[in-house]
Amino acid sequence: MTVNMTKGQAISLQKSDGGSLTAVRMGLGWQAAPRRGLFGSRTREVDLDASAVLFADKQPVDVVFFRHLVSDDGSVRHTGDNLVGGVGQGGDDEAILVDLARIPVHIDQIVFTVNSFTGQTFQEVQNAFCRLVDETNGQELARYTLAGGGQYTAQIMAKVHRTGPGWTMTALGTPANGRTFQDLMPAILPHL
Amino acid sequence: MTAELVRGQNHPLSQARLEIRVSAGTPIVAAASIGDEHGKVHGVEWVAHPGAPTLPGLEVSRQAAADHRLAVDLGAVPESVHRVSVLLALPTGAGPVRFGTVAAPFVAVAGLDGDEVASYTITGLEAESAVVALELYRRQDAWKVRAVGQGYTGGLAELLTDQGVPQAHQLASGINDAVTQGLARSVQAPPRPADGDRSRQAAAAQSPDQGGPAAQGVTGPVPPHPMSPYGTQAPGVPPQPTSPDGGPAPGGSPQPTTPYGGQGTPAAGSAQPGYTQEPTPAPEPSAATQPSPTTGGPIDYSHPRRQNAAPPPPPPSAPPAQPGQPARPVAGDATGWSMDERLYNQVWGMFEDLARSTAAYRSAVDFADSRMEKEIDQALSDPRSRIGGQGDAAREAAQAKHAQLVDQARAAFDRDLTQLTAEVEVVEPALPLAFARWDNPVWHGYRVPMEIPMALRVGDLHLPECAELRIPMLVRLPLERGLWIDSGAAGSLDGSFFDSHELKRLAMDTAVAHAARLLAVHPAGEFTVHVIDPAGSGAQALAPLVRTGVLASPPAAGAAGVADVLARLTERVDLVQMAVRAGAADALPPGLDTAEQLLIVNDFPHGFDDRAVTQLRYLADEGPAVGVHLMMVADREEAAGYGPLLDPLWRALLRLTPVPDDHLADPWVGHAWTYEPALVPPGSQVLQQVLTQVAAARTKYT
Repeated sequence: MTVNMTKGQAISLQKSDGGSLTAVRMGLGWQAAPRRGLFGSRTREVDLDASAVLFADKQPVDVVFFRHLVSDDGSVRHTGDNLVGGVGQGGDDEAILVDLARIPVHIDQIVFTVNSFTGQTFQEVQNAFCRLVDETNGQELARYTLAGGGQYTAQIMAKVHRTGPGWTMTALGTPANGRTFQDLMPAILPHL
Repeated sequence: MTAELVRGQNHPLSQARLEIRVSAGTPIVAAASIGDEHGKVHGVEWVAHPGAPTLPGLEVSRQAAADHRLAVDLGAVPESVHRVSVLLALPTGAGPVRFGTVAAPFVAVAGLDGDEVASYTITGLEAESAVVALELYRRQDAWKVRAVGQGYTGGLAELLTDQGVPQAHQLASGINDAVTQGLARSVQAPPRPADGDRSRQAAAAQSPDQGGPAAQGVTGPVPPHPMSPYGTQAPGVPPQPTSPDGGPAPGGSPQPTTPYGGQGTPAAGSAQPGYTQEPTPAPEPSAATQPSPTTGGPIDYSHPRRQNAAPPPPPPSAPPAQPGQPARPVAGDATGWSMDERLYNQVWGMFEDLARSTAAYRSAVDFADSRMEKEIDQALSDPRSRIGGQGDAAREAAQAKHAQLVDQARAAFDRDLTQLTAEVEVVEPALPLAFARWDNPVWHGYRVPMEIPMALRVGDLHLPECAELRIPMLVRLPLERGLWIDSGAAGSLDGSFFDSHELKRLAMDTAVAHAARLLAVHPAGEFTVHVIDPAGSGAQALAPLVRTGVLASPPAAGAAGVADVLARLTERVDLVQMAVRAGAADALPPGLDTAEQLLIVNDFPHGFDDRAVTQLRYLADEGPAVGVHLMMVADREEAAGYGPLLDPLWRALLRLTPVPDDHLADPWVGHAWTYEPALVPPGSQVLQQVLTQVAAARTKYT
């Protein structure tokens, strides 16, 4: 049972049976849109990068991205950079694993972002999605599709934040521009 | 020399033990029937088929396959039997229904040595779905083979009826049931026993005379339920498949006996070249281990001779945890092909976990500190808070928030520490020699090992937050970098200062402990230790090594000794490098010691001239790749006269200290870990005992 999220929608990550999730995976998948024109069969490769920024009280504490694959505390792990996308043909091309139980106590928000490292706008990307999977059983909890790619090179996908004892995920879907997560910081801060 | 038979042709058989190879493009059923002098098959128990695969002197495979190897021992066939017919049939239910649509089946009779005696390609089949391929028959006390190729459109039932089997239809459907069951059967047949196992089995194989055909056969229709490959469930089938070779089958042996038994070894061995020449070789065990469903033949991608690469035994798994409690740790609970590798990986896993848990704790505490500071600053900078108790209240609130967060962080950290401590408690006693502390009882049962371990413990690592939690520091063997036991840098962590003389002695003791451990974990004669002690100042510390006689030569003294040892080792590096580069490893001089070499240098740079220093640097750079390792016991300050010339040397070595010192960083987070060398407990005789054994083993070896 997966929830197709819309922009701004929040879902709680409490399990239906009352237990809370222990490990989730934020998966990102995309394919390069075929170019129209004379050499239509040639698609230009698009390198999207998934990043996770860990915030403590609105201050960035740690970041997990393709140059820092594991957060210092080991609770957030990036499975590795994918430079072309589309390999999974619908599966995750990049994934960030979050061990919710092990996140340091002062971290209260984790923001997931997607950047186009090669500089193409999301117009040249198709079938891009971001989904949240319960890592313990592989069940998809929420899926957010990047509908109608526009003239922007980054998107702030979602945030996972503490609410009481558990965690809540909120789909953000805010477009932004930037090559890596650093460029997105000003755009992220309003969402905290 | 193979006789290629045409239909009706016969050929004499000089050997009694034969292998009949069948290959077809599609899975087929292979069976064999035995008949009397008139060719009559007297009953269902006279047919060997997948449901009852063995008869005296005869074994067929248990399922349909594109390739079969039927084992026949004509010497073990009862006297009353005059004819053995090899039957092939297409399995019913799925796949092709007539031989006309598949490639012509090929049958060959091969001897024990793997040479084919006769072969026959069954051509001209059309609508037939069963065929009598070959006939082995007794003619005047000699056996012959005849190519038959008689097909039957009515399948096995018609074929068996023609052979005179009373309940032919029942038997045919029973065979098909068995084949279908065989395809669906999920029980994995045990791997083909190694040749050694075969001889053991054969030594105790059952005599065919004790169990005649009647005792062997299936009475009545073949039981429809799945039969275990071990043959224990089927009524009417003796619990142990018997070998026609004779002798009782070993009780409870899970291996299906092969008709060739021990004497079959040449067949197993020399039949191998034949495999490579055949177009589609699929040895029988692969067909047995891969019950392929109706489509396609069992294509075995595994290397035919690499069947012994069994997966490692599963690691011990942690017992299920109590609800709400973390699982109790188990030693060796990590990946790896051997217990040592698992423990090594587990230790590294613990190292990483502790580094990360500590990072989480430190980061939370840092954050709490900075937040409290900010809040207090804010409260103080607000002029209103100076009136009344508002400022104090704000300060208290900030402090309370701080304390709450730190408490939470500490609780999470303590939870992790408890888990890791429990893990250390089970892992530490389970460690093998090379990973164990000197006070581990495993050292008291020391035996000179037979192989080089994968890693060596050089000490313990811990963090200030949890000084009692020690992680073993393991370095891979063979050493990739030299070791530098730093005898300088006075002033240790706990504030106690050692004078330089004391520190030098400690450094030499540490070096000896490391060298002794290296000697002890290498097999006899595979590790040689040289010592350079120009001034003889390390004589006392070196005494255990010298006294037990494990050194290659007495410690070299004076400038001449230094030059001599360095020249020898440099020459060795040169020679080995040349041999490796030229790809002529066997061209090394016969007297060359092939063991790994360790050079302990005490009191550097005392006794070293410029040439010796250059040679030493050369050894440090080039040595590890060709098995020459360096252990420097030195104070960097004393060599300061050489200026930056030696900086690369120091950087190339792994710095270890004789006293606890926090100079090692982990590769994940970069914490400063306190290193403590692995030293022999004071007063312990373990070093002496171990070195004595090493020396004894060396004398025996050389």
